[in-house]
Amino acid sequence: MSGPLSGFGVVLARDLRLAFRRPGEMANPLLFFILITAIFPLGLSPEPELLRTVAPGVLWGAALLSSLLALDLLFRSDYGDGSLEQLVLSGHSLPVLVLAKTLAHWMVSGLPLVLVAPLLASALYLPPEAWGTLMLGLLLGTPTLSLLGAMGAALTTGLGTGSALLSLLVLPLATPILIFGARGVDLAVQGMDPVGPLYLLAAILFLALSLLPLAIAAAVRISLD
Amino acid sequence: MLSDFIHMGGYAGYVWSSFGLTAAVLWLNLAGARRQFKQRLAFVRQRAAAEDQT
Amino acid sequence: MWKLFHQFGSPPHFYRLAGHLIPWFGGAALVLILIATYGGLVLAPADYQQGDGFRIIYVHVPSASMSLFAYTLMAVAAGTGLIWRIKLAHAVAAAVAPIGASFTFLALATGSIWGKPMWGTWWAWDARLTSELILLFLFLGYMSLRAAYDDTGKADRASGLLAVVGVVNVPIIHYSVVWWNSLHQGATIVKLGKPAITGDMLWPLLMMLAGFGCYFATVLMIRTRSQVLQRERNSRWLLDL
Repeated sequence: MSGPLSGFGVVLARDLRLAFRRPGEMANPLLFFILITAIFPLGLSPEPELLRTVAPGVLWGAALLSSLLALDLLFRSDYGDGSLEQLVLSGHSLPVLVLAKTLAHWMVSGLPLVLVAPLLASALYLPPEAWGTLMLGLLLGTPTLSLLGAMGAALTTGLGTGSALLSLLVLPLATPILIFGARGVDLAVQGMDPVGPLYLLAAILFLALSLLPLAIAAAVRISLD
Repeated sequence: MLSDFIHMGGYAGYVWSSFGLTAAVLWLNLAGARRQFKQRLAFVRQRAAAEDQT
Repeated sequence: MWKLFHQFGSPPHFYRLAGHLIPWFGGAALVLILIATYGGLVLAPADYQQGDGFRIIYVHVPSASMSLFAYTLMAVAAGTGLIWRIKLAHAVAAAVAPIGASFTFLALATGSIWGKPMWGTWWAWDARLTSELILLFLFLGYMSLRAAYDDTGKADRASGLLAVVGVVNVPIIHYSVVWWNSLHQGATIVKLGKPAITGDMLWPLLMMLAGFGCYFATVLMIRTRSQVLQRERNSRWLLDL
């Protein structure tokens, strides 16, 4: 029953179940991702040359923004109905539990982006050679975004400030992910080896996985005090 | 010679506005800090005086 | 050794000590900055490529250095407050933020002004300027988070967490921005062209840096004393001032 990782499975299952109960809300980040990506051709021009050039940045920027969208809700409803407090008092390791919550969040809001990316990439005339780099980069980068966002959400849950403050806190910290992800795709488009940025994204992910759950747990405790 | 100095080889606007802006920011920062300090000190002193009277 | 640490962490002790030190650091700052200004504007020879325009370096680079130093100090102070629960450390972190933000703003503004004659535009995505821009947002985020909490203790801890996570991120951000900038294959070289800096040109820069440092210490001590007055306003020792 207990052990260092106990509670992880339970929280993960619970959060996923809760998410699936509201399929509309679950679809929001994905819809947002598609919407933002569509806005750029409308705002710029439908020229293939132009769109191909901006595609990496647009796709990654859209991924960043749609991850942010879903974050506010990560802790808010649990905070509101007291279940967050239950988690803290449960006796299980809080960093493990918040990691489970973040994983559930990512599976619902980040993973779909990875899967849909090739479709949107082709809409922006991004050559298929670069799709692999795009998907792998998103696969490595979106979990880190979820972790950073979870920390921001935990810090701002108790406040009435809404998502503007959350964005202000998270976006500057997320810029390296944006840079490495988008520029990695660029390298792939140019036929060069994108391994460097991808390794960096992986390294950042591991750093985030080891440190951020602790920070998120601490932030949750502060919010609940 | 002085006019040469002020002219800064044609970059007068840029150089002087940079230094001027720096002076302004440094000054404002210092003045703001001092004002805040004085306000709070006055508050504490008021409190202390009020306590002494009770 | 612990006694020293303990004394340092004690607000009344710090308050008194800072009160004595402020005039000295302030005076030193004034002297150093004035001499450095004279050295930079008058004594240093004009640059071969940039003429007298390069003199902006004497305010731009020290501002940028101070801004980075400020963020690091803020994170270290906040971390110290979080780990060892030293209230004074939190007071220092809160006091540093606006100073750091001002220097970041100054670095951006002077960098922008310097860029106009050099590149023809008021803004360019140079690695240093872009890093400073992100740093400005980091400071603003920290200060906004602080302001959003009514309870000082919570504000300290929440913003402290943010600062610690942020400081780990700063080298990553800087590296990524430098790398991002290096991929640019445009016709213009987008790099805040720092002239090869030697002897006559160097000493005013170093002295200005030292002057800014003393200034930083001065304003920091004033602001921390303000923080102490605010946080300890119900304490006995304050009423005996």
